Amino acid sequence: MLHRYLPMTEEDKKEMLKVIGVDSIDDLFADIPESVRFRGELNIKKAKSEPELFKELAGLAAKNADAKKYVSFLGAGVYDHYIPAIVDHVISRSEFYTAYTPYQPEISQGELQAIFEFQTMICELTGMDVANSSMYDGGTALAEAMLLSAAHTKRKKILLSKAVHPEYRDVVKTYAKGQRLEVVEIPFAGGITDLEALKSEMAGDVACVIVQYPNFFGQIEPLKDIEPIVHAEKSMFVVASNPLALGVLTPPGQFDADIVVGDVQPFGIPMQFGGPHCGYFAVKAALMRKIPGRLVGQTTDEEGRRGFVLTLQAREQHIRRDKATSNICSNQALNALAASVAMTALGKKGVKEMATMNIQKAQYAKNELAKRGFAVPFTGPFFNEFVIRLSKQVGEVNKHLLTKGIIGGYDLGRDYPELANHMLIAVTELRTKEEIDTLVKELGDCHA
Amino acid sequence: MHKDQPLIFEISKPGRIGYSLPELDVPAVDIGEIVPADYIRMQEPELPEVSELDIMRHYTALSKRNHGVDSGFYPLGSCTMKYNPKINENVARLAGFVHIHPLQPEETVQGALELMYDLQEHLKEITGMDAVTLQPAAGAHGEWTGLMMIRAYHEANGDFQRTKVIVPDSAHGTNPASATVAGFDTVTVKSTEDGLVDLEDLKRVVGPDTAALMLTNPNTLGLFEENILEMANIVHEAGGKLYYDGANLNAVLSKARPGDMGFDVVHLNLHKTFTGPHGGGGPGSGPVGVKADLIPFLPKPVVEKGESGYYLDYDRPQSIGRVKPFYGNFGINVRAYTYIRSMGPDGLKAVTEYAVLNANYMMRRLAEYYDLPYDRHCKHEFVLSGKRQKKLGVRTLDIAKRLLDFGFHPPTVYFPLIVEECMMIEPTETESKETLDAFIDAMIQIAKEAEENPEIVQEAPHTTVVKRLDETTAARKPILRYQKQ
Repeated sequence: MLHRYLPMTEEDKKEMLKVIGVDSIDDLFADIPESVRFRGELNIKKAKSEPELFKELAGLAAKNADAKKYVSFLGAGVYDHYIPAIVDHVISRSEFYTAYTPYQPEISQGELQAIFEFQTMICELTGMDVANSSMYDGGTALAEAMLLSAAHTKRKKILLSKAVHPEYRDVVKTYAKGQRLEVVEIPFAGGITDLEALKSEMAGDVACVIVQYPNFFGQIEPLKDIEPIVHAEKSMFVVASNPLALGVLTPPGQFDADIVVGDVQPFGIPMQFGGPHCGYFAVKAALMRKIPGRLVGQTTDEEGRRGFVLTLQAREQHIRRDKATSNICSNQALNALAASVAMTALGKKGVKEMATMNIQKAQYAKNELAKRGFAVPFTGPFFNEFVIRLSKQVGEVNKHLLTKGIIGGYDLGRDYPELANHMLIAVTELRTKEEIDTLVKELGDCHA
Repeated sequence: MHKDQPLIFEISKPGRIGYSLPELDVPAVDIGEIVPADYIRMQEPELPEVSELDIMRHYTALSKRNHGVDSGFYPLGSCTMKYNPKINENVARLAGFVHIHPLQPEETVQGALELMYDLQEHLKEITGMDAVTLQPAAGAHGEWTGLMMIRAYHEANGDFQRTKVIVPDSAHGTNPASATVAGFDTVTVKSTEDGLVDLEDLKRVVGPDTAALMLTNPNTLGLFEENILEMANIVHEAGGKLYYDGANLNAVLSKARPGDMGFDVVHLNLHKTFTGPHGGGGPGSGPVGVKADLIPFLPKPVVEKGESGYYLDYDRPQSIGRVKPFYGNFGINVRAYTYIRSMGPDGLKAVTEYAVLNANYMMRRLAEYYDLPYDRHCKHEFVLSGKRQKKLGVRTLDIAKRLLDFGFHPPTVYFPLIVEECMMIEPTETESKETLDAFIDAMIQIAKEAEENPEIVQEAPHTTVVKRLDETTAARKPILRYQKQ
């Protein structure tokens, strides 16, 4: 058949079959026993031409309400942020996106150096010593942090704050089942991890304590108060963190966190229905040889030129097989590149400015909603998200907002029965004062 | 140390910016009034300070130091480095796919859910399975997900003694690693001299403690496991499940379906068979397909079609739970779906036929110059051994490095572990005969050089931006980040 992705001509085919010494391509499949041979035609849709297919898929895309047509106040771990135009131009360089893992360093210096720069930026933001080249996402990175903690401490109990993203907690629990680890959830009080409850669960059998900073409700967890509780029992202190927030917040590394993970989606990665995003994984130097995933290191070539290679591979599955520190192979390299470009474009000044703007806009929205009579149950400092109580079901309110062109906040009742009718509202730097004022008005109209 | 290519940090200069944010249009509250002093960052992160052109030149320079499929031939075995169609990239960037939030109300994302549902339906038919989840992010993630489901299945039957997963000695490293993460011990089954799983050894290791056998078919030597039904019987009679590693699915599209071969669980690598792309190491996508008896254990949520539209089903009491936040690497799934719809049933069949034709053609032409450990028709890839060249002092690593001078990405080397000085070559179907011939000619020339002028191979590469790198020092004294001098 003729197809633009298949270059073989009939003449080529004949010559090649002759070299092989068979009469037909079918002869090459003679080793598949007839009992398992598929002889029919796959019952899938017929091929479409490029213009027809594009039209059909554009129609499918148009059925979705996207954040460029609607004004979105939905966050809960995935955010509508400024993406510098340059990001897509860099990741569209096909030398990057059509390559695979840089196994041959001499012809992969571009990718390797870009990852080395990514590792450096993550270390800078988190205040940690070593960062890897990426994980699938924030949730699986957190699960791997738990596995590393359990392997390092040889303990089986995990204390997990309920103020951590509910879907991250679900992933952690699934991974825990595999390793037969016990996950104990620590309740929250006033929107942050309940420290008294944490203290009462702390003991010498705890592998790690997991908190999120800022947490799922947007609140800034008191890492300074949590750290001594964790380390008193020589447990690992694991912090999941939004890296954009670290543009203004004290990095977890300064609070002596052992492992810091999260998702770099806020830097240059579009929401795209939840993936691909990009996890990051950073540790103290002592854990360097136990970190999961690929690591890039600097070295020199035979002639003394600086170069980069995949290193400390003795940790990894292709060398250690069943003794590897993790089973991860493919990661999220292209998204790590996107995040690197965004972090570079924003730079030292822009990351701080953008993070500050998130705090200020979210603060403004909260103040205006409070003025309209909405209860704000959690009163601690927050980053770009906060919680309000509605007089109606969140789903109902969001239906009204949608008619006004607004995608409303997250329904906390989905995960926390005690927070039924509570909405988690995210306000990023992309939301204007006018949009915030409209949200306040429309929510107020619903509230009345 | 010569620094031919500066790091982005080394071209940074205070006072330059590369971004454009809107003016603050709400009251400029002092952060100190909102955030307690202990939590306000005092030392700024050392991120670069560069202009937009600085950034573009930097990354363009880096891209020139990188080889992708668009740069040239990339016959990396078991990785299926085929052409990445450009329409995929255009479709994946449509605003209605790229700017939607995973937690939006279902009625606002019907187009996305429809695409996911239809992709699942296509993958079910292609693999011959009864249900598919798109949640796993990559192949290894799919392996672990599948094994967790197998474990949940056994435990639901009150069977807690199945602690072992059997993998062949030719298996990908992720198989035993995934088994460990899922809480199993690994048992290795040997291959015969013909490169297939040794049935007698399988009978010996299988037993009441067997949870599953993990298998790639064709296997990593590129050979079809002809005794697959007998193997399935052995494992099933012992109460175990059969797991299909889909890394090599490109070899059997429309020719043999894992579901018809007796497999109970299958993972696919959409970034391989279905043109993901590979992204310099990811993101991938690793959907998992299962037979009916494993459906209750699928990760949740599951995309379903109801009377009033598509929806996410969370009411799955026996589910293993979530394996990933949200619903998988949707953007990669959009690309794979676009590809499948570009090919159709005839196209997918032709993909496999040409992939297999190309591999057999290369194998036959190279057999004269390199040792061919398994002399029979291969499927989409084949292995050669550099044993003959090793006797001349030229290692497979040297051959790989010499190929760089010809502008080719080398094959996978030193894998599978059971072949000495192994080279694993997978041409894929998107390469022309001229490209295959050019690669073959280079390989023949290298074989001759190994006899006549081994130094030129041993000292390769000669044309790359760096020569061989000191990996030993990199591992002994790791430098894993830039430090300002």
